Amino acid sequence: MNPIVKTVLQRLGLGLVTLFVVSIVIFSAVTLLPGDFATAILGQSATPETVAAFQRQIGLDRPPVLRYLVWIGGVLRGDLGESFSSAGGLGGGHVRTVVSLVVPRLKNTLFLASFAALIAVPLSLALGMLAALYRNSVFDRLVNLVTLTSISVPEFFIAYILMLFLAVRLPIFYSLANVSADTPLLERIARCALPAMTLVLVIVAHMMRMTRAAIINLLASPYIETARLKGVTPGRIIFRHALPNAWAPIATVIAINLAYLIVGVVVVEVVFVYPGIGQLMVDSVSARDIPVVQASALVFAVTYVLLNLLADIVSIVANPRLLRPR
Amino acid sequence: MARSVPLPEATGPLLDIKGLRIDGRSEDRWHEIVKGIDLTLRRGEVLGLIGESGAGKSTIGLAAMGYARPGCRISAGVVLFNGTDILKASEAERRRLWGSRIAYVAQSAAASFNPAHKLLDQCVEASIGHQIAAEEDAKRNAVDLFRRLRLPEPEQFGFRYPHQVSGGQLQRAMTAMAMSCRPDLIIFDEPTTALDVTTQIEVLAAIKDIVRQFNTAAIYISHDLAVVAQMADRVMVLRYGELVEEAPTRAMLSAPQKAYTKSLWAVRSLRKEEETGDEILLDVRGVDASYGTLKVLHDINVKVPRGRTVAVVGESGSGKSTLARVITGLLPPRAGTIRFDGKPLPPRLKDRDKSLLRRIQMIYQMPDTALNPRRRIRDILGRPLKNHLGLSGAAREKRTLELLRMIELDERFLDRLPNELSGGQKQRICIARALAIDPELIICDEVTSALDQLVAEEILKLLLRLQKELNVSYLYITHDLATVKAIADEIVVMYQGRVVESGAKSQVLAPPHHEYTELLLSSVPEMDPDWLDGILKKRENASLSA
Amino acid sequence: MSINADEFEMLAREGVTTPTVEPSDVVTQPLPMRRGSVDAAWRALKAAPLTAWFGLFVIAFYAALAIFAPLIAPHAQSAVVGNQYEPWSAEFPFGTDQLGRDMLSRLIYGARNTIGIAVMTTLLSFCIGGVLGLLASIIGGWTDQLLGRAVDILMAIPQLIFALMLLSIVGSSIPNLILIIAVLDSTRVFRLTRAVAMNVVVLDFVEAARLQGEKLGWIMAREILPNILPPLVAEFGLRFCFVFLTISALSFLGLGIQPPTADWGSMVRENATLIAYGDVTPLLPAGCIALLTVGVNFVVDWFLHKTSGLKE
Repeated sequence: MNPIVKTVLQRLGLGLVTLFVVSIVIFSAVTLLPGDFATAILGQSATPETVAAFQRQIGLDRPPVLRYLVWIGGVLRGDLGESFSSAGGLGGGHVRTVVSLVVPRLKNTLFLASFAALIAVPLSLALGMLAALYRNSVFDRLVNLVTLTSISVPEFFIAYILMLFLAVRLPIFYSLANVSADTPLLERIARCALPAMTLVLVIVAHMMRMTRAAIINLLASPYIETARLKGVTPGRIIFRHALPNAWAPIATVIAINLAYLIVGVVVVEVVFVYPGIGQLMVDSVSARDIPVVQASALVFAVTYVLLNLLADIVSIVANPRLLRPR
Repeated sequence: MARSVPLPEATGPLLDIKGLRIDGRSEDRWHEIVKGIDLTLRRGEVLGLIGESGAGKSTIGLAAMGYARPGCRISAGVVLFNGTDILKASEAERRRLWGSRIAYVAQSAAASFNPAHKLLDQCVEASIGHQIAAEEDAKRNAVDLFRRLRLPEPEQFGFRYPHQVSGGQLQRAMTAMAMSCRPDLIIFDEPTTALDVTTQIEVLAAIKDIVRQFNTAAIYISHDLAVVAQMADRVMVLRYGELVEEAPTRAMLSAPQKAYTKSLWAVRSLRKEEETGDEILLDVRGVDASYGTLKVLHDINVKVPRGRTVAVVGESGSGKSTLARVITGLLPPRAGTIRFDGKPLPPRLKDRDKSLLRRIQMIYQMPDTALNPRRRIRDILGRPLKNHLGLSGAAREKRTLELLRMIELDERFLDRLPNELSGGQKQRICIARALAIDPELIICDEVTSALDQLVAEEILKLLLRLQKELNVSYLYITHDLATVKAIADEIVVMYQGRVVESGAKSQVLAPPHHEYTELLLSSVPEMDPDWLDGILKKRENASLSA
Repeated sequence: MSINADEFEMLAREGVTTPTVEPSDVVTQPLPMRRGSVDAAWRALKAAPLTAWFGLFVIAFYAALAIFAPLIAPHAQSAVVGNQYEPWSAEFPFGTDQLGRDMLSRLIYGARNTIGIAVMTTLLSFCIGGVLGLLASIIGGWTDQLLGRAVDILMAIPQLIFALMLLSIVGSSIPNLILIIAVLDSTRVFRLTRAVAMNVVVLDFVEAARLQGEKLGWIMAREILPNILPPLVAEFGLRFCFVFLTISALSFLGLGIQPPTADWGSMVRENATLIAYGDVTPLLPAGCIALLTVGVNFVVDWFLHKTSGLKE
């Protein structure tokens, strides 16, 4: 078998194993840790009978392995169970499935994240390459200072500064990003402007620092010196000699940062009251609505694992040594 | 292939460097690393630059192209190429010269080829880029060069990627790339240093041939005088960025003027009187070893007599360092036995008790990595004294000083850190550390190959003296035959994980040889400008008569 | 997963790791005799860039605030001393918060609480990750494989998300917070320690020590640790920033340090409504967080530059 197909298949297999183990971790964290959440959900006044009934209702009386199988089987069929907020008589009869809570929120989050990524990825790659090419110039130093500062500050600081100056003092953008399912696309974009901008600022700083480092590392390779000493023009050095070897590090940089993006989105959604999955998770954590927390954590983890897997595969496919075996 | 840019035949020298000074940056300061070098090169002439590490020879070679690596700067001097100063030329003018009129062959071809492109595409890039030839002609020319450089299947060779061919072939491909525009000057920067001797000879022959065929001028940089002697018409000896002496090759070899030049073949003049020993200290019998599923040692038999030196000779991949790991217990063998002083040696390091560990010590190739940079000499030498001999306080201090004297250093070194010592001094400390606990066998793994010739000679002399005084045995691992002659009583020749020949030194070095020993012995360059031609002719005759 | 974000981050900071000058061509200068380390430190400091000085000053200032908080702060951290949301005045330089507590006093106490918890968490994370990383690198084999895979799995879930999930199960208290963040963060310490220690473990002097019969503990403490200290110190700075930001983010989300303890992250959330009126007060605690992390990062950057041998 072609080694590249073999390596890719190996990675895919490894990815599946990782996903499986992650699902076990997420599931067993709930089962094994000493969280007395029945009481927390039902309140201090709960009688032992109601607690027992609640535990039976969510299946706590069955053995963990069986519960895991039921849970993961449901996940695979797209059934994530029921939210606690409707269980145990608290929700007053109206049962809400986790899927019905998570899916619309997930769509919103994906919209915001892609919006930010669409701007951030090209921008930071371009800036990173420029900084690498004009290394040690005033531009490079300035960019280094700005990005170092930017990666150091909390997301909510940037978010509130933008909100204060670009929405409150100068009312250019919407200060809150409260969209609903029937918000038209243009208005949706306008409402998402500030959260997207915050995410872009955070991601660009990270991503361009890494791009710069990757490109500088590449340009220090002996084969680049060889090309220079052959009299190859600078443009050709970049496009013919550096770029074909740059895909792997660049893919890695993008994957790391997109993974970072899905974490950063949690805080930004809360600041701008954006109805995404991050905010849903935070609310559910406060309410100790475990099925929703589990589902959201699973969604985040799966995205994270898949992004890393994708970067892995890109760097394998882009590796000339693997691409053309001996 | 016609030159599209005919050059006016200037009357002066091809290359004329005057008062070249270059600074290198280290420790936040600029240090002068090339201190006023003058150099001239006629058309078609090959000039050898020879010197040890720190001589600045590579830096000078690159400066001849008007190029300084990052971290270096040319601070003074003129570099006249064909009469024009390329240091004053614009970047674009220099770029027009590079690859077309002046070309560069780097030491590590494996790192210097772009892994993403085929060899052929990289070999024609310069001539197409400089608009010297059309693509078709350039490719035909490259195939022709591959053939002249005796690369296998020259028609197909170029369609391979750099990682698909061997090191020796890659180095020749790099020469083809440099030759593609028929430059006036090629800088060869240690092109064979990373290769084994048996491969080196093929590359040397190929380079010598092609340079002669096209009457190209060249600067050949090497640390090995014997190699330079084969290639160069004239030799410049450099040290610390300054010229030591300059002379035509034959004159330099027959009548070197300066003591430093003579020292360059110091090790070659050392020769130990062979002695036999009857008490066997280490007895390796039928040892097999493997890394995972890869078998690297096959049925190894080696005997080391007490107080004698057994040299294990082989090229990279011969398994000689693996043998050392097996003996020290770092890699337990798959089969076979090792007896030490008559008793079986436990195969694993952790099964050997302290008194046994004391008796077998090791000295390494790189003294830089063999000493912990964060510990002072006092601690490095004092620790084994305490751990094994239970010495402390004044007794330990006294013994540490004795050790320092034994290796010809003194108490001033006690409080220094390893990086405050020179390479030779560091290697002496390593020897003292091994000697501290009175070992009976010391395994020396290429202990002089990272050192300059003069220092290497001193270390070898020290080892010989210590052996005489302490009656310690050495298992001396090396690839260098000059060192073998200097130190060994017995020789074991290894090839691809097997012992191909072994015995007393005089017996192994005298004919008749095993086939591989013959190849190895005959491939080591000698201090004779006619050696390469002679040996090639001899091999040719041998293959004709066979 | 083969991607190692930490290595990339180190790379991004150090820039090129390849030496700029070929060692063979640099003449090794005869080194001067040993000089005092205090002297050397002072000289390095004098040559430090402005950003590093700024960072050091910021760190010193915060340390003083944290240590002397009760002496400096005009009021106790949870004392209600005025009406809610009072504007800036001579009495309350930064106004009061949503319960009428003095903003300035809470900012000063916030330094103590937030930094104190972050430092403790980072220390714990280094104890776990550092020791395990060293062990993995020296013992190798199965120990290394097992620890490595366990860390891979912990790292397959984004840290903040994992922390949120665990906090939702065990409930948010300061010991829980410290333990959860420290364990999750120790994965990165483990990876870095293991990676840098690996570079040292393969060196001949470690083998020489083993051949002379030195024990595991001795090799760890004497041969390896001193040689990996610089990157670990730099990593401590970076991990502190990361932990500090994570805890602040959790507090901001209402799931970290719980009231009435004064804490900068929670203070941003509690006063966030003021932003809608164009008031900068909620930005003050956020700014306090930002200033410290920026300062630490500047110092780390300089330190890495210094110790990585990168001169240009």
